[in-house]
Amino acid sequence: MLSRLKRDLTMADAARSPGGARVDLLFVADMVARGARVLDVGCGDGELLRILTERRDVDGRGIELSREGVNECVAKGLAVIQGDADTDLVDYPDDAFDYVILSQTLQATRHPRQVLEHMLRIGRRGIVSFPNFGHWSIRLQILLGGRMPRTDNLPYSWYDTPNIHFCTIKDFRSLCNDIGARMERAIALNAWGKPLRLTAPWWFWNLFGEQAVFLLSRKY
Amino acid sequence: MAEAQRSVATAAAPPAAPPLAAATPREAESLALPSREVENPQSALVHFGADKPLRLDAGVELSPFQVGYQTYGALNPDRSNAVLICHALTLDQHVANVHPVTGKPGWWETMVGPGRPIDTERYFVICPNVLGGCMGTTGPSSINPHSGSYWGLDFPVTTIRDMVRAQAMLLDHLGIEQLFAVAGGSMGGMQVLQWAASYPERVFAALPIATSTRHSAQNIAFHEVGRQAVMADPEWRGGRYLVEGTNPRRGLAVARMGAHITYLSDAALHRKFGRRLQDRANHTFSFDADFQVESYLRHQGISFVERFDANCYLYLTRAMDYFDVAADYDGVLARAFKSTPTRFCVISFTSDWLFPTPESRALVHALNASGARVSFAEITTDKGHDAFLLDEPELLAIVRGFLDAAGKARGLVARSK
Repeated sequence: MLSRLKRDLTMADAARSPGGARVDLLFVADMVARGARVLDVGCGDGELLRILTERRDVDGRGIELSREGVNECVAKGLAVIQGDADTDLVDYPDDAFDYVILSQTLQATRHPRQVLEHMLRIGRRGIVSFPNFGHWSIRLQILLGGRMPRTDNLPYSWYDTPNIHFCTIKDFRSLCNDIGARMERAIALNAWGKPLRLTAPWWFWNLFGEQAVFLLSRKY
Repeated sequence: MAEAQRSVATAAAPPAAPPLAAATPREAESLALPSREVENPQSALVHFGADKPLRLDAGVELSPFQVGYQTYGALNPDRSNAVLICHALTLDQHVANVHPVTGKPGWWETMVGPGRPIDTERYFVICPNVLGGCMGTTGPSSINPHSGSYWGLDFPVTTIRDMVRAQAMLLDHLGIEQLFAVAGGSMGGMQVLQWAASYPERVFAALPIATSTRHSAQNIAFHEVGRQAVMADPEWRGGRYLVEGTNPRRGLAVARMGAHITYLSDAALHRKFGRRLQDRANHTFSFDADFQVESYLRHQGISFVERFDANCYLYLTRAMDYFDVAADYDGVLARAFKSTPTRFCVISFTSDWLFPTPESRALVHALNASGARVSFAEITTDKGHDAFLLDEPELLAIVRGFLDAAGKARGLVARSK
């Protein structure tokens, strides 16, 4: 039964637009104003930076932990440096960027709260996308299977996962309140990469949203 | 900084080298090769007369002086495709052509040439010999027009910034207002950084490779050992060897041997030579070059003195020692690049212990703090500092990608296939 469940979980990571871009990245890109200065923290192979450069004409920079990812990005002509979100954001001056983006990065950091605080210090706005650990399928895997959940989008075993700080949409909202972040926009995507109804209550998002994308700004 | 790559990369076993003592005869003609290139290089040459003195950091003016340089490719009509290559300590302007003295291929032919990352069918590439050098640009082995004899130690001590000033005068002479890119490794990378700090509006893109914003204490120490080796050679004659017809070959060769070790790495030396013996089955219980690595180093030392001038070595190592970009900006590196319009691509190598990655990272942090557009890649290799001269596919791909993107931003037309 679980294997059938897993197959059904076509997470947004695998959901692609007709243009071939990851759907969650398109929703992130949608939140960025044209021509903005953007820092993508944990930019991987640079796909989001490429989308932002092509579609939103941004001045984009990236930080990536893996050397392979960095070198691939630089060879593509992207302004990317090797670095660690947990240790290197401290070196960036206040208000250096219009947007700082954590696309599928936050859950892999050692100190998510500090990373979020730096994000809102360095950028006038922050965009965070993350997998929602409150999704019903994940709850069901623990409830019925009694084991740490594994999905197509989160395929790692508990002992070798880079994702060390999972949270639910509810958890994330509460952290935003704690650090004084204003939630300007939020989107939850279902298993097929489609956004859930905006009018749906938060508990519904937390149960049926597989990915969440938040646009944040400073309250003060 | 060195050109160990040919020997290390291509020779299966190092050539058997005679002991250093055998390198001493032929004193009289010893200066023939480099000195001929000093005054009349087989390169383009520009003279700057009394009306265009070069104001040096030492507080004096150098005049007259000349700059020898090579060019490749063609300048486009709007003069926007010029790429300046800055060479390392013991290299010269012969980037992509057969060397007139050694007969060897250009030192960066993997990087510069038709279809190469620095594509001479697309860019107009200029590489000048540095100020203080011995391949056509005025230096200590040139004739001092005021005395009619060699400059020797009367030549003013010059700096990286002086080199860059002389290069800027060359570009003025060539009518090039803005460079599309400045690229270089090691001491060449220092010049790249100085260019970006001194003339930000003249540099669209900068590629400092395997370098640092300041010479470390350890590197100054290595250089001092080399200089002392030169000066301890009785043939050096207080720097007057050109006048007295001698040549401190042994001293310069020892300096080169020591420096050469720093351009490689423990792993590279071990892979290449291990503890293997040179043309013999057993230890000879003497101080002969029993080990391949000894023979290799002796060969490096001996071939170096055939093409390089001892006083030049003193002056150029000194220029590197004095280099510290931040010093001109109250010690705050970020201020050196404040609101720079230049886009940077910083590259380091994992096994480079002369200019280790943390020094590049400090540069990148400063550039970030100044809001510069910067890419930074660290390349995994065990080949040490000299990796920047080698056929490293990742290095070539990164330089190509960076320049292609910068060319797009600069409005340079892509090369027609």
